[in-house]
Amino acid sequence: MTGFFTLLHKEFLRFWKVGFQTILAPIVSTLLYLLVFFHVLDAHVEVYPNVAYTIFLIPGLVMMAVIQNAFANASSSMIQSKISGNIVFVLLSPLSYREIFFAYILASIARGLLVGGGVYLVALMFFDIPLKLPLWTLLFVIMGSALLGALGVIAGIWAEKFDQLAAFQNFIIMPLTFLSGVFYSIHSLPSFWQTLSHFNPFLYMIDGFRYGFFGVSDISPYMSFAIVTACCIAVSMLAIQVLKSGYKLRH
Amino acid sequence: MQPAIEVTRVNKKFGTIRALDDINLKIETGEFFALLGPNGAGKTTLISIIAGLALADGGTVSIMGHDVMTQYPDARRNLGVVPQELVFDPFFSVRETLTIQSGYYGIKNNHLWIDEIIQRLGLDDKADNNMRTLSGGMKRRVLVAQSLVHKPPVIILDEPTAGVDVELRQTLWDFIQQLNKAGHTIVLTTHYLQEAEALCNRVAMLKQGEIVALDSMQNLIGSMTTGYTLRLKLSVDYLPTELERIQISYHNGLHDLKLQSCNQVESILQTLRQADIQVLDMQLLQPDLEEVFVKIMRESRVESV
Repeated sequence: MTGFFTLLHKEFLRFWKVGFQTILAPIVSTLLYLLVFFHVLDAHVEVYPNVAYTIFLIPGLVMMAVIQNAFANASSSMIQSKISGNIVFVLLSPLSYREIFFAYILASIARGLLVGGGVYLVALMFFDIPLKLPLWTLLFVIMGSALLGALGVIAGIWAEKFDQLAAFQNFIIMPLTFLSGVFYSIHSLPSFWQTLSHFNPFLYMIDGFRYGFFGVSDISPYMSFAIVTACCIAVSMLAIQVLKSGYKLRH
Repeated sequence: MQPAIEVTRVNKKFGTIRALDDINLKIETGEFFALLGPNGAGKTTLISIIAGLALADGGTVSIMGHDVMTQYPDARRNLGVVPQELVFDPFFSVRETLTIQSGYYGIKNNHLWIDEIIQRLGLDDKADNNMRTLSGGMKRRVLVAQSLVHKPPVIILDEPTAGVDVELRQTLWDFIQQLNKAGHTIVLTTHYLQEAEALCNRVAMLKQGEIVALDSMQNLIGSMTTGYTLRLKLSVDYLPTELERIQISYHNGLHDLKLQSCNQVESILQTLRQADIQVLDMQLLQPDLEEVFVKIMRESRVESV
């Protein structure tokens, strides 16, 4: 297990050493969203009865930060070491593809939790946010960041240039996040878009996560958890297969 | 005794280019082995397949008896590789890099050995510097150190002295020779044939993905070359007609003559004296690996055409 823990530790240090960029910056930019929406919309929009819009928004923003950073962590670590060539140090070692996978995923979860936790703690200083079922929030945060970490591993291995990775991030991850109900309840959408939204796995992450705060959700939390877990397992298995096959890593 | 490296019928294609064609190679434990060949001959591809960095299309490779595909953890634990590319992780210092690398091999508390390799490779001053701040030569030393953290019985160095100063070359070879004496098997690729000749006991030459020569250094040089080369700088730019038939070449004012034995020198000097030609400088050249290399590469070109 020493090999696995070493790689995990290294992956952790990789983002921790540049924490300004990898933790602090996303916390600040997420809080800017909060500030703007609070200022513009708080008095005008109510999604759940007796829940101020800003309070409704906070869990969504936290989960959005978790999703984006978990993905960014695994994918940028993978593509950086691939392009700079230092991935050979891992590839030459006896580390198994499973150990490599779990080290990358756990580091992604760690960064997701740090950024999400940071946003939550700062928001807590200014707003009174209920947290009715903390275990549910934790479950969704872990499953969600694991899923995005696994997706990041695949994207990082697949992409040959930073450009391709940016495309993956901007044309797949970003739209799926923005259209997953971070800023609204899907019940407010026209029925066609509501139906379409159900094919977005990120919807279930956000909705389930929010359930932990308010005890209310658009979709049954059990259903959401089952879907997020199923996606997480499927993407993880694919990522493990990709690592095992040596695709774009061992030529 | 089991071989250190055993390559059996290995093939590799990149698209339509055949990078390795049915390679068979057995390197015994304790050997100091040279893998030579021009650029693009397939040396690095072969090393990559041995190291598991590339996957062969066919054939098997084992390291100390462990198959590199089916028993990769054991195979890799027995192998240290110095890659040709100057790669490094910019997030860490030299010591951190080496500690992390030890960890990958499952070794905790490796600082005694890490200190020793740092010292042996002359990295003491740089041990706590970030990798980014190191010069190319220093980065090369760290790559060598990284390949040794787990004390592998088999060590492969892919052009470790490319673009490296004389001092490092000497420190490096002293250290590697000691490791070889201590029982480590060393495989080396280099374009400096003198280095290979001085260090290695056996040679394989690759050309266009095929092994075109495989023998002990002694046999190879002995069987491929005969006689000596006499290099002369004369007071005139021509040779007496008697000597023209044994001339190999004339360039940069130097006449190279082919001798079958050393005692021909006397009669050559006599001939020159009679023709009233002065000898300004003279060298008797032993047959060397470079001569063999050039000859083999030239011959095998004819065959393949």
